[in-house]
Amino acid sequence: MIRFSGVVKKFGDHVVLDELDFTVAPGEFVSLIGPSGSGKTTILRLLMTLERVNAGTIDVGGECLSHVRRGERLVPADEKHLRVMRRRIGMVFQQFNLFPNMNVLRNITEAPVRSLGVAPAEAERRARDLLGLVGLEDKADAHPTRLSGGQQQRVAIARALAMRPDVLLLDEVTSALDPELVADVLRVLRNIASTTDITILCVTHEMQFAQDVSDRVMMFDHGRVLEEAPPEKLFTAPEHERTKEFLRAVIDRR
Amino acid sequence: MNWDWQAAADAIPLLLEGLLVTVELTLLGSALAYTLGLVLALLRRARIPVLSRVAWLFIEFVRSTPLLIQVFVLYWLVPPLTGFTMSAFLTGVVALGVHYATYTAEVYRAGIEAVPKGQWEAATALNLPRSRVWTAVVLPQAIPRVLPALGNYTISMFKETPLLLAIGVLDVLNRAKEVGAETFRVVEPYTLAGVLFLLVSLPASVLVRRWERRAERV
Repeated sequence: MIRFSGVVKKFGDHVVLDELDFTVAPGEFVSLIGPSGSGKTTILRLLMTLERVNAGTIDVGGECLSHVRRGERLVPADEKHLRVMRRRIGMVFQQFNLFPNMNVLRNITEAPVRSLGVAPAEAERRARDLLGLVGLEDKADAHPTRLSGGQQQRVAIARALAMRPDVLLLDEVTSALDPELVADVLRVLRNIASTTDITILCVTHEMQFAQDVSDRVMMFDHGRVLEEAPPEKLFTAPEHERTKEFLRAVIDRR
Repeated sequence: MNWDWQAAADAIPLLLEGLLVTVELTLLGSALAYTLGLVLALLRRARIPVLSRVAWLFIEFVRSTPLLIQVFVLYWLVPPLTGFTMSAFLTGVVALGVHYATYTAEVYRAGIEAVPKGQWEAATALNLPRSRVWTAVVLPQAIPRVLPALGNYTISMFKETPLLLAIGVLDVLNRAKEVGAETFRVVEPYTLAGVLFLLVSLPASVLVRRWERRAERV
Protein backbone atom coordinates (compact mmCIF):
# COMPACT_ATOMS: atom_id res chain seq x y z
CA MET A 1 0.00 0.00 0.00
CA ILE A 2 2.83 2.38 0.87
CA ARG A 3 6.35 2.31 -0.49
CA PHE A 4 9.17 4.72 0.34
CA SER A 5 12.15 4.38 -2.02
CA GLY A 6 15.32 6.26 -1.20
CA VAL A 7 13.40 9.12 0.36
CA VAL A 8 15.51 12.07 1.48
CA LYS A 9 14.04 15.01 3.36
CA LYS A 10 16.13 17.94 4.52
CA PHE A 11 15.22 21.09 6.36
CA GLY A 12 18.06 23.41 5.38
CA ASP A 13 21.26 21.46 6.07
CA HIS A 14 19.55 19.19 8.55
CA VAL A 15 18.87 15.75 7.10
CA VAL A 16 15.64 14.44 8.62
CA LEU A 17 15.16 11.36 6.44
CA ASP A 18 18.23 9.73 5.01
CA GLU A 19 17.56 7.52 1.94
CA LEU A 20 14.65 5.85 3.66
CA ASP A 21 13.19 2.62 2.24
CA PHE A 22 10.22 0.77 3.64
CA THR A 23 6.89 -0.68 2.60
CA VAL A 24 3.57 -1.14 4.34
CA ALA A 25 1.12 -3.82 3.23
CA PRO A 26 -2.62 -3.13 2.73
CA GLY A 27 -4.53 -3.34 6.01
CA GLU A 28 -1.37 -3.38 8.08
CA PHE A 29 -1.11 -1.44 11.36
CA VAL A 30 2.42 -0.12 11.68
CA SER A 31 3.67 1.84 14.66
CA LEU A 32 6.62 4.19 14.27
CA ILE A 33 8.62 4.67 17.43
CA GLY A 34 11.92 6.32 18.24
CA PRO A 35 13.43 9.38 19.86
CA SER A 36 12.00 12.77 18.94
CA GLY A 37 13.66 14.27 15.91
CA SER A 38 14.17 10.85 14.34
CA GLY A 39 11.89 11.71 11.42
CA LYS A 40 8.71 9.78 12.30
CA THR A 41 6.32 12.71 12.02
CA THR A 42 8.03 13.86 8.81
CA ILE A 43 7.11 10.51 7.23
CA LEU A 44 3.43 11.16 7.95
CA ARG A 45 3.67 14.76 6.75
CA LEU A 46 5.25 13.63 3.47
CA LEU A 47 2.45 11.10 2.96
CA MET A 48 -0.15 13.78 3.67
CA THR A 49 1.62 16.03 1.12
CA LEU A 50 2.21 18.69 3.76
CA GLU A 51 5.91 18.44 2.90
CA ARG A 52 7.76 17.47 -0.27
CA VAL A 53 10.62 15.03 -0.68
CA ASN A 54 14.08 16.26 -1.63
CA ALA A 55 14.91 12.95 -3.30
CA GLY A 56 13.43 9.49 -3.76
CA THR A 57 9.83 8.56 -4.41
CA ILE A 58 6.74 7.64 -2.41
CA ASP A 59 4.07 5.30 -3.78
CA VAL A 60 0.61 4.88 -2.34
CA GLY A 61 -1.73 2.17 -3.61
CA GLY A 62 0.63 1.36 -6.48
CA GLU A 63 0.72 4.92 -7.75
CA CYS A 64 3.41 7.49 -7.28
CA LEU A 65 2.37 10.13 -4.78
CA SER A 66 5.32 12.48 -4.88
CA HIS A 67 5.96 12.57 -8.63
CA VAL A 68 4.25 12.34 -11.97
CA ARG A 69 5.69 10.88 -15.14
CA ARG A 70 6.26 13.40 -17.85
CA GLY A 71 7.57 11.61 -20.92
CA GLU A 72 10.68 9.79 -19.76
CA ARG A 73 11.19 11.79 -16.60
CA LEU A 74 9.66 11.87 -13.16
CA VAL A 75 8.82 15.42 -12.11
CA PRO A 76 7.49 16.62 -8.73
CA ALA A 77 3.72 16.22 -8.59
CA ASP A 78 1.50 19.23 -9.25
CA GLU A 79 -1.44 20.26 -7.09
CA LYS A 80 -3.91 18.45 -9.35
CA HIS A 81 -2.13 15.11 -8.90
CA LEU A 82 -1.76 15.66 -5.14
CA ARG A 83 -5.47 16.39 -4.92
CA VAL A 84 -6.29 13.02 -6.48
CA MET A 85 -3.79 11.13 -4.32
CA ARG A 86 -4.89 12.81 -1.08
CA ARG A 87 -8.30 11.18 -1.41
CA ARG A 88 -6.74 7.91 -0.29
CA ILE A 89 -5.13 9.36 2.81
CA GLY A 90 -6.47 10.75 6.07
CA MET A 91 -4.60 12.23 8.98
CA VAL A 92 -5.23 12.88 12.66
CA PHE A 93 -3.03 15.53 14.22
CA GLN A 94 -1.45 15.88 17.64
CA GLN A 95 -3.27 19.19 18.17
CA PHE A 96 -6.63 17.92 16.75
CA ASN A 97 -6.96 20.98 14.44
CA LEU A 98 -10.75 20.93 14.45
CA PHE A 99 -12.31 23.97 12.77
CA PRO A 100 -13.42 26.18 15.68
CA ASN A 101 -15.90 28.09 13.52
CA MET A 102 -18.00 24.98 12.81
CA ASN A 103 -19.93 22.69 15.11
CA VAL A 104 -18.90 19.06 15.50
CA LEU A 105 -21.26 17.76 12.83
CA ARG A 106 -20.10 20.25 10.21
CA ASN A 107 -16.48 19.55 11.03
CA ILE A 108 -17.18 16.00 9.90
CA THR A 109 -19.51 16.67 6.93
CA GLU A 110 -17.69 19.67 5.42
CA ALA A 111 -15.02 17.73 3.51
CA PRO A 112 -17.15 14.81 2.26
CA VAL A 113 -19.69 17.31 0.91
CA ARG A 114 -17.26 19.85 -0.50
CA SER A 115 -14.43 17.68 -1.66
CA LEU A 116 -16.02 14.31 -2.49
CA GLY A 117 -19.44 15.66 -3.51
CA VAL A 118 -21.40 13.46 -1.10
CA ALA A 119 -25.04 14.58 -0.69
CA PRO A 120 -25.44 16.59 2.54
CA ALA A 121 -28.10 14.28 4.00
CA GLU A 122 -25.96 11.23 3.29
CA ALA A 123 -22.88 12.93 4.76
CA GLU A 124 -24.81 13.80 7.90
CA ARG A 125 -26.11 10.27 8.34
CA ARG A 126 -22.59 8.93 7.99
CA ALA A 127 -21.23 11.59 10.38
CA ARG A 128 -23.74 10.55 13.04
CA ASP A 129 -22.72 6.90 12.60
CA LEU A 130 -19.08 7.87 13.04
CA LEU A 131 -19.89 9.94 16.12
CA GLY A 132 -21.52 6.80 17.51
CA LEU A 133 -18.36 4.86 16.73
CA VAL A 134 -16.22 7.32 18.70
CA GLY A 135 -18.78 7.52 21.51
CA LEU A 136 -19.89 11.11 20.96
CA GLU A 137 -23.33 10.77 19.35
CA ASP A 138 -24.74 13.40 21.74
CA LYS A 139 -22.14 16.03 20.77
CA ALA A 140 -23.15 16.58 17.13
CA ASP A 141 -24.29 20.16 17.74
CA ALA A 142 -21.57 21.03 20.25
CA HIS A 143 -18.88 23.57 19.54
CA PRO A 144 -15.38 22.01 19.39
CA THR A 145 -13.94 24.48 21.92
CA ARG A 146 -16.49 23.26 24.48
CA LEU A 147 -15.16 19.71 24.29
CA SER A 148 -12.33 18.16 26.26
CA GLY A 149 -9.11 17.37 24.41
CA GLY A 150 -10.00 13.70 24.31
CA GLN A 151 -13.41 14.43 22.86
CA GLN A 152 -11.91 16.81 20.29
CA GLN A 153 -9.45 14.15 19.23
CA ARG A 154 -12.22 11.59 18.83
CA VAL A 155 -14.12 14.06 16.63
CA ALA A 156 -10.94 14.52 14.61
CA ILE A 157 -10.73 10.74 14.15
CA ALA A 158 -14.36 10.66 12.97
CA ARG A 159 -13.62 13.57 10.63
CA ALA A 160 -10.70 11.71 9.05
CA LEU A 161 -12.74 8.49 8.69
CA ALA A 162 -15.61 10.36 7.03
CA MET A 163 -13.41 10.70 3.96
CA ARG A 164 -13.17 6.87 3.75
CA PRO A 165 -9.39 6.86 3.39
CA ASP A 166 -7.38 3.74 2.48
CA VAL A 167 -4.56 4.97 4.67
CA LEU A 168 -4.92 6.65 8.06
CA LEU A 169 -2.01 8.57 9.56
CA LEU A 170 -1.99 9.06 13.33
CA ASP A 171 0.51 11.69 14.45
CA GLU A 172 1.08 11.41 18.20
CA VAL A 173 -2.65 11.65 18.65
CA THR A 174 -2.57 11.28 22.44
CA SER A 175 0.51 13.42 23.18
CA ALA A 176 -1.44 16.63 23.79
CA LEU A 177 -4.01 14.96 26.06
CA ASP A 178 -4.28 14.86 29.82
CA PRO A 179 -3.40 11.33 31.00
CA GLU A 180 -6.95 10.47 32.06
CA LEU A 181 -8.26 11.23 28.55
CA VAL A 182 -5.79 9.04 26.69
CA ALA A 183 -7.60 5.77 27.34
CA ASP A 184 -10.82 6.80 25.55
CA VAL A 185 -8.94 7.79 22.42
CA LEU A 186 -6.89 4.61 22.42
CA ARG A 187 -10.03 2.51 22.88
CA VAL A 188 -11.53 4.11 19.77
CA LEU A 189 -8.36 3.44 17.80
CA ARG A 190 -8.19 -0.20 18.91
CA ASN A 191 -11.75 -0.58 17.76
CA ILE A 192 -10.97 0.92 14.35
CA ALA A 193 -7.84 -1.18 13.97
CA SER A 194 -9.71 -4.41 14.65
CA THR A 195 -12.93 -3.71 12.72
CA THR A 196 -11.72 -2.02 9.53
CA ASP A 197 -9.17 -2.86 6.86
CA ILE A 198 -7.69 0.64 6.77
CA THR A 199 -3.90 0.72 6.56
CA ILE A 200 -2.69 2.64 9.61
CA LEU A 201 0.62 4.38 10.24
CA CYS A 202 0.87 5.46 13.83
CA VAL A 203 3.56 7.64 15.40
CA THR A 204 3.22 7.12 19.12
CA HIS A 205 4.89 7.13 22.51
CA GLU A 206 2.22 4.81 23.95
CA MET A 207 4.29 1.64 23.96
CA GLN A 208 1.63 -0.58 25.49
CA PHE A 209 -0.84 0.53 22.81
CA ALA A 210 1.73 -0.01 20.05
CA GLN A 211 2.47 -3.47 21.41
CA ASP A 212 -1.22 -4.41 21.56
CA VAL A 213 -2.49 -3.24 18.18
CA SER A 214 0.46 -3.17 15.80
CA ASP A 215 1.20 -5.79 13.19
CA ARG A 216 4.69 -4.39 12.98
CA VAL A 217 6.77 -1.82 14.85
CA MET A 218 9.49 0.27 13.23
CA MET A 219 12.18 1.81 15.38
CA PHE A 220 13.62 5.02 13.89
CA ASP A 221 16.87 6.71 14.65
CA HIS A 222 18.51 9.56 12.75
CA GLY A 223 16.15 9.36 9.80
CA ARG A 224 16.61 5.62 9.19
CA VAL A 225 14.82 2.45 10.21
CA LEU A 226 17.06 1.03 12.91
CA GLU A 227 15.07 -2.18 13.19
CA GLU A 228 11.59 -3.46 12.53
CA ALA A 229 9.79 -6.48 13.89
CA PRO A 230 6.43 -7.73 15.10
CA PRO A 231 5.68 -6.06 18.44
CA GLU A 232 6.10 -9.20 20.52
CA LYS A 233 9.69 -9.46 19.28
CA LEU A 234 10.63 -5.78 19.21
CA PHE A 235 9.41 -5.03 22.70
CA THR A 236 10.78 -8.15 24.35
CA ALA A 237 13.91 -8.98 22.39
CA PRO A 238 15.14 -5.96 20.44
CA GLU A 239 18.33 -6.50 18.51
CA HIS A 240 19.94 -3.11 18.74
CA GLU A 241 21.45 -1.58 21.82
CA ARG A 242 19.93 1.78 20.80
CA THR A 243 16.42 0.28 20.75
CA LYS A 244 16.94 -1.26 24.19
CA GLU A 245 18.08 2.10 25.55
CA PHE A 246 15.11 3.88 24.03
CA LEU A 247 12.59 1.37 25.35
CA ARG A 248 14.15 1.47 28.78
CA ALA A 249 13.92 5.27 28.79
CA VAL A 250 10.26 5.48 27.74
CA ILE A 251 9.14 2.68 29.99
CA ASP A 252 11.03 4.07 33.01
CA ARG A 253 9.28 7.37 32.50
CA ARG A 254 5.94 6.03 33.67
CA MET B 1 -15.30 87.50 21.01
CA ASN B 2 -18.79 86.70 22.21
CA TRP B 3 -20.98 83.65 21.84
CA ASP B 4 -24.40 84.20 20.27
CA TRP B 5 -26.82 81.45 21.23
CA GLN B 6 -29.31 82.49 18.58
CA ALA B 7 -26.71 82.22 15.84
CA ALA B 8 -25.72 78.83 17.17
CA ALA B 9 -29.32 77.59 17.14
CA ASP B 10 -29.84 78.92 13.61
CA ALA B 11 -26.77 77.05 12.36
CA ILE B 12 -27.85 73.66 13.65
CA PRO B 13 -30.28 72.49 10.91
CA LEU B 14 -27.73 73.03 8.13
CA LEU B 15 -24.97 71.45 10.20
CA LEU B 16 -27.08 68.37 10.81
CA GLU B 17 -27.69 68.10 7.11
CA GLY B 18 -23.94 68.20 6.65
CA LEU B 19 -23.46 65.60 9.36
CA LEU B 20 -25.77 63.26 7.50
CA VAL B 21 -23.59 63.63 4.39
CA THR B 22 -20.46 63.01 6.49
CA VAL B 23 -21.95 59.85 7.95
CA GLU B 24 -23.02 58.64 4.50
CA LEU B 25 -19.52 59.26 3.16
CA THR B 26 -18.02 57.34 6.06
CA LEU B 27 -20.34 54.36 5.76
CA LEU B 28 -20.02 54.02 2.00
CA GLY B 29 -16.28 54.67 2.15
CA SER B 30 -15.93 51.99 4.83
CA ALA B 31 -17.93 49.49 2.80
CA LEU B 32 -15.53 50.08 -0.10
CA ALA B 33 -12.45 50.00 2.15
CA TYR B 34 -13.53 46.73 3.77
CA THR B 35 -14.21 44.92 0.49
CA LEU B 36 -11.33 46.32 -1.55
CA GLY B 37 -8.99 45.80 1.41
CA LEU B 38 -9.91 42.12 1.53
CA VAL B 39 -9.38 41.80 -2.21
CA LEU B 40 -5.95 43.45 -1.90
CA ALA B 41 -5.01 41.21 1.04
CA LEU B 42 -5.96 38.10 -0.96
CA LEU B 43 -4.11 39.35 -4.05
CA ARG B 44 -1.00 39.92 -1.94
CA ARG B 45 -1.13 36.20 -1.09
CA ALA B 46 -1.97 35.07 -4.63
CA ARG B 47 0.23 32.32 -5.99
CA ILE B 48 0.70 34.25 -9.20
CA PRO B 49 3.71 36.50 -8.48
CA VAL B 50 2.62 39.25 -10.91
CA LEU B 51 -0.69 39.71 -9.10
CA SER B 52 0.81 39.94 -5.64
CA ARG B 53 3.50 42.31 -6.96
CA VAL B 54 0.91 44.61 -8.54
CA ALA B 55 -1.16 44.62 -5.34
CA TRP B 56 1.94 45.46 -3.31
CA LEU B 57 2.87 48.32 -5.64
CA PHE B 58 -0.66 49.70 -5.54
CA ILE B 59 -0.75 49.59 -1.73
CA GLU B 60 2.65 51.29 -1.37
CA PHE B 61 1.80 53.92 -3.96
CA VAL B 62 -1.53 54.88 -2.38
CA ARG B 63 -0.09 54.94 1.12
CA SER B 64 2.85 57.10 0.13
CA THR B 65 0.79 59.92 -1.31
CA PRO B 66 -1.47 62.31 0.64
CA LEU B 67 -5.19 61.64 0.56
CA LEU B 68 -5.89 65.25 -0.47
CA ILE B 69 -3.80 64.86 -3.61
CA GLN B 70 -5.57 61.60 -4.43
CA VAL B 71 -8.87 63.45 -4.07
CA PHE B 72 -7.71 66.17 -6.47
CA VAL B 73 -6.43 63.64 -8.97
CA LEU B 74 -9.71 61.72 -8.91
CA TYR B 75 -11.77 64.86 -9.21
CA TRP B 76 -9.79 67.00 -11.66
CA LEU B 77 -7.51 64.66 -13.56
CA VAL B 78 -9.37 61.41 -14.05
CA PRO B 79 -12.51 62.81 -15.76
CA PRO B 80 -10.72 64.58 -18.67
CA LEU B 81 -8.39 61.59 -19.13
CA THR B 82 -11.08 58.93 -19.11
CA GLY B 83 -14.24 60.83 -19.98
CA PHE B 84 -15.74 59.36 -16.83
CA THR B 85 -17.19 61.97 -14.47
CA MET B 86 -18.15 61.45 -10.86
CA SER B 87 -20.00 63.78 -8.50
CA ALA B 88 -17.98 65.32 -5.69
CA PHE B 89 -19.74 63.02 -3.23
CA LEU B 90 -18.94 59.87 -5.20
CA THR B 91 -15.35 61.03 -5.69
CA GLY B 92 -15.14 61.40 -1.92
CA VAL B 93 -16.44 57.88 -1.34
CA VAL B 94 -14.00 56.40 -3.85
CA ALA B 95 -11.01 58.37 -2.56
CA LEU B 96 -11.68 57.52 1.08
CA GLY B 97 -12.52 53.90 0.27
CA VAL B 98 -9.45 53.25 -1.86
CA HIS B 99 -7.10 55.10 0.49
CA TYR B 100 -8.29 53.22 3.54
CA ALA B 101 -8.41 49.91 1.67
CA THR B 102 -4.62 49.97 1.65
CA TYR B 103 -4.73 50.06 5.45
CA THR B 104 -7.51 47.52 5.94
CA ALA B 105 -5.56 45.18 3.61
CA GLU B 106 -2.84 45.14 6.26
CA VAL B 107 -5.42 44.46 8.97
CA TYR B 108 -6.80 41.49 7.03
CA ARG B 109 -3.27 40.23 6.37
CA ALA B 110 -2.52 40.16 10.09
CA GLY B 111 -5.83 38.43 10.77
CA ILE B 112 -5.15 35.78 8.13
CA GLU B 113 -1.64 35.15 9.46
CA ALA B 114 -3.04 34.71 12.96
CA VAL B 115 -5.01 31.64 11.83
CA PRO B 116 -2.94 28.68 13.11
CA LYS B 117 -0.95 26.67 10.58
CA GLY B 118 -2.74 23.53 11.82
CA GLN B 119 -5.99 24.84 10.35
CA TRP B 120 -4.44 25.03 6.89
CA GLU B 121 -2.93 21.57 7.32
CA ALA B 122 -6.22 20.05 8.45
CA ALA B 123 -7.92 21.63 5.43
CA THR B 124 -5.24 20.17 3.14
CA ALA B 125 -5.51 16.75 4.78
CA LEU B 126 -9.27 16.86 4.15
CA ASN B 127 -8.60 17.84 0.54
CA LEU B 128 -10.91 20.87 0.73
CA PRO B 129 -10.95 22.91 -2.48
CA ARG B 130 -8.77 26.01 -2.24
CA SER B 131 -11.71 28.41 -2.44
CA ARG B 132 -13.47 26.51 0.32
CA VAL B 133 -10.41 26.69 2.56
CA TRP B 134 -10.67 30.47 2.37
CA THR B 135 -14.43 30.88 2.64
CA ALA B 136 -15.19 28.13 5.17
CA VAL B 137 -12.06 27.87 7.30
CA VAL B 138 -9.65 30.81 7.15
CA LEU B 139 -11.77 33.93 6.66
CA PRO B 140 -14.51 32.98 9.16
CA GLN B 141 -11.75 32.74 11.76
CA ALA B 142 -9.73 35.76 10.63
CA ILE B 143 -12.46 38.34 10.07
CA PRO B 144 -14.20 38.35 13.48
CA ARG B 145 -10.81 38.98 15.08
CA VAL B 146 -10.06 42.01 12.91
CA LEU B 147 -13.47 43.70 13.06
CA PRO B 148 -12.48 46.05 15.93
CA ALA B 149 -9.38 47.15 14.01
CA LEU B 150 -11.54 47.81 10.95
CA GLY B 151 -13.90 49.82 13.17
CA ASN B 152 -11.00 52.02 14.23
CA TYR B 153 -10.26 52.84 10.60
CA THR B 154 -13.90 53.79 10.07
CA ILE B 155 -13.57 56.30 12.91
CA SER B 156 -10.36 57.74 11.42
CA MET B 157 -12.10 58.00 8.08
CA PHE B 158 -15.02 59.83 9.69
CA LYS B 159 -12.64 62.43 11.05
CA GLU B 160 -10.92 62.87 7.70
CA THR B 161 -14.02 63.57 5.65
CA PRO B 162 -13.75 67.40 6.08
CA LEU B 163 -10.85 67.19 3.66
CA LEU B 164 -13.47 66.79 0.93
CA LEU B 165 -14.32 70.46 1.42
CA ALA B 166 -11.59 70.94 -1.15
CA ILE B 167 -13.84 69.56 -3.89
CA GLY B 168 -17.04 71.07 -2.51
CA VAL B 169 -18.69 68.10 -0.81
CA LEU B 170 -21.36 69.54 1.49
CA ASP B 171 -20.21 67.86 4.69
CA VAL B 172 -20.42 69.32 8.21
CA LEU B 173 -17.38 71.52 7.81
CA ASN B 174 -18.48 72.87 4.46
CA ARG B 175 -21.88 73.66 5.91
CA ALA B 176 -20.22 75.49 8.79
CA LYS B 177 -18.24 77.50 6.30
CA GLU B 178 -21.42 78.25 4.39
CA VAL B 179 -23.18 79.47 7.54
CA GLY B 180 -20.21 81.63 8.36
CA ALA B 181 -20.26 83.22 4.93
CA GLU B 182 -23.95 84.02 5.21
CA THR B 183 -24.09 85.32 8.78
CA PHE B 184 -20.55 86.62 9.19
CA ARG B 185 -20.36 84.58 12.41
CA VAL B 186 -17.69 81.91 12.38
CA VAL B 187 -17.22 80.96 16.01
CA GLU B 188 -20.60 79.28 16.50
CA PRO B 189 -20.82 77.13 13.34
CA TYR B 190 -17.20 75.91 13.49
CA THR B 191 -17.43 75.16 17.21
CA LEU B 192 -20.66 73.26 16.72
CA ALA B 193 -19.19 71.35 13.79
CA GLY B 194 -16.36 70.25 16.07
CA VAL B 195 -18.84 69.29 18.77
CA LEU B 196 -20.83 67.20 16.30
CA PHE B 197 -17.70 65.27 15.30
CA LEU B 198 -16.95 64.69 18.95
CA LEU B 199 -20.51 63.52 19.66
CA VAL B 200 -20.23 60.82 17.01
CA SER B 201 -16.61 59.70 17.25
CA LEU B 202 -16.29 59.59 21.02
CA PRO B 203 -19.10 57.08 21.65
CA ALA B 204 -17.98 55.14 18.57
CA SER B 205 -14.43 54.87 19.96
CA VAL B 206 -15.73 53.68 23.30
CA LEU B 207 -17.83 51.05 21.56
CA VAL B 208 -14.94 49.81 19.44
CA ARG B 209 -12.67 49.60 22.46
CA ARG B 210 -15.21 47.53 24.34
CA TRP B 211 -15.58 45.37 21.27
CA GLU B 212 -11.78 44.95 21.10
CA ARG B 213 -11.69 43.70 24.66
CA ARG B 214 -14.44 41.22 23.91
CA ALA B 215 -12.64 40.02 20.78
CA GLU B 216 -9.46 39.49 22.83
CA ARG B 217 -11.27 37.26 25.26
CA VAL B 218 -12.56 34.91 22.56
